[in-house]
Amino acid sequence: MTQHYNLPDERGHFGPYGGKFVAETLMQPIQELEEAYHRYLQDAEFIAELDADLQHYVGRPSPLYHAERWSEALGGAQIYLKREDLNHTGAHKINNTIGQALLAKRMGKTRIIAETGAGQHGVATATVAARLGLECVVYMGAVDVQRQSLNVYRMKLLGAKVVAVESGSKTLKDALNEALRDWVTNVDNTFYIIGTVAGPHPYPAMVRDFQTIIGREAKQQCLAQTGRLPDALVACVGGGSNAIGLFHPFIDDASVKLYGVEAAGDGIATGRHSAPLCAGRPGVLHGNRTYLLEDEDGEIIETHSISAGLDYPGVGPEHAWLKDSGRAEYVNITDAEALAGFHDLTRMEGIIPALESSHALAYVTQLAPSMAKDSIIIVNLSGRGDKDIMTLAQHEGIEL
Amino acid sequence: MSRLTAKFSALAQSGRKALIPFITAGDPNPGFTVPMMHAMVAAGADIIELGVPFSDPMADGPVIQKASERALAHKMSLRRVLQLVVDFRRDDLQTPVVLMGYLNPIEAMGYEDFANAALRADVDGVLTVDLPPEEAVDCVSLLKARGIDPIFLLAPNSSEQRIQKMAQVGSGYIYYVSLKGVTGAGHLDTADVQEKLKLIRANTRLPVGIGFGVKDADTAKTIAALGDGVVVGSALISKIAAYPDDPERARLEIIELLESMRHAMDN
Repeated sequence: MTQHYNLPDERGHFGPYGGKFVAETLMQPIQELEEAYHRYLQDAEFIAELDADLQHYVGRPSPLYHAERWSEALGGAQIYLKREDLNHTGAHKINNTIGQALLAKRMGKTRIIAETGAGQHGVATATVAARLGLECVVYMGAVDVQRQSLNVYRMKLLGAKVVAVESGSKTLKDALNEALRDWVTNVDNTFYIIGTVAGPHPYPAMVRDFQTIIGREAKQQCLAQTGRLPDALVACVGGGSNAIGLFHPFIDDASVKLYGVEAAGDGIATGRHSAPLCAGRPGVLHGNRTYLLEDEDGEIIETHSISAGLDYPGVGPEHAWLKDSGRAEYVNITDAEALAGFHDLTRMEGIIPALESSHALAYVTQLAPSMAKDSIIIVNLSGRGDKDIMTLAQHEGIEL
Repeated sequence: MSRLTAKFSALAQSGRKALIPFITAGDPNPGFTVPMMHAMVAAGADIIELGVPFSDPMADGPVIQKASERALAHKMSLRRVLQLVVDFRRDDLQTPVVLMGYLNPIEAMGYEDFANAALRADVDGVLTVDLPPEEAVDCVSLLKARGIDPIFLLAPNSSEQRIQKMAQVGSGYIYYVSLKGVTGAGHLDTADVQEKLKLIRANTRLPVGIGFGVKDADTAKTIAALGDGVVVGSALISKIAAYPDDPERARLEIIELLESMRHAMDN
């Protein structure tokens, strides 16, 4: 790729992917959002407020940490962790919710809605809504409400109303459907904070732009610490916001390999997984064209992953394009492999990672040994694992 | 002239408005649909909107969501919906049939295969909720080349510019979504509808069917006075939901409701 990467086009397309596939009532609000997003991302005052919040409220920049002991043990590339787990609320999600909430305030919206799977995005949204004094409603699949009760309680403490969604498969995709239904009903006063690089244009581009702080910092930190660019970047991909945030500032650096890691669940061959880029095909869902897990009739099928944050049948359209163009490579990691990655990092570096991020870590254990000792991998440690302790204990048959 | 255009102009000449029932194909079971379509025609339906079930019906309220789930439980699919239209056409070559659904089943089938199959089934119009005209260029040209009307939605917050775009790209009729919300919502404001219709009329000569929020004979009559057709969906489908073990009773109540609407609209 020699020419400068500059997608999406003005209609929100990444090649054949992306776009605005929504019902007519949503065309006006997404148009309004697109105008606000273009205007404020050029606005010095907005950017200054965002930067100040990221520094003083979120705690940025997040460190780039050389995991020397783990690198030594794997016997190959030097591994650096981008510590998004150290952000306020414990994951990268807040980079985006801060940005969108500031936009909502500028646009005069008084009510915030969001969808959430594991609850991390819901918590990050409830957090910024509390801080800005905005009404907040979070949609969450009834199944996820059951398995992530801790985050449900956190959201309620923060003053958000959590609505358990009983339709369809009662998981993240259904929460997204329900949030879209709320938005269509309350378009005048409501701002929909989508948590990942999916949805209709401008969401995939806008969420990416708020998340690229990850890659911009990582690039600068890597140059400062090692004097050169990394050889490879690794990040987990559910919707794909932490991955695109890390990848995007490096897309024009052809020497840097990009690896997105999808959740293979019980294994791709079992059909019980969440890996649309590895095992799906293009279709249209939730406002954009992208790779989907669907049956032969185009009905969306249920997904599986031990990590609720990766349990989604679609993926951001920019990842679909990066796959087709060959710029990024998408691989997959099973539940069992992710758990092994989780334990490795915990015991070797004293860092408890989120199960989502553990998929990226598990791939690093495969990749690093094949690389020279003076090569560099940056892996996005997108969240901390505290929220997963119950799931883990249950999985390992331990009663707490 | 397409069947839809002919139907609307015949209705206009006799000073009547189109009654357009919507049911989800395959709900509550695949055998229910074709006899129900014929019964609706007998009860005074002018056009039938046949819902293609989808796993993620983002623009629909709970009533039509559940209808989709019931139909999908019977493995209803776009191909099988098209077969139901073929079956319907064995006994009815007059009544226009419009398929209404979401884009992904059409994407999965392939636009050209779908357009060919819709032509073979003698479908008259296709309304795809999540396919706005900006993204519809390929699909629309394939449909129009086969004489099938692409039908688009307009909403209370559609700008005049968008009304003009729909007028240009769409044919058959325009479906005006009478409120900001999902199907079956209950906050219809007729003054708002009347105001918006003026703007739509000023920009297109296409007939306008009005839907979302039509519940009974009274709302049907009120809405009929404002547009060229009245679409009723959730109110009918809620009868199917009310009698899960007695589809025959649901059928009778649907007919009764349609007849009362027809009567109110014509008098």
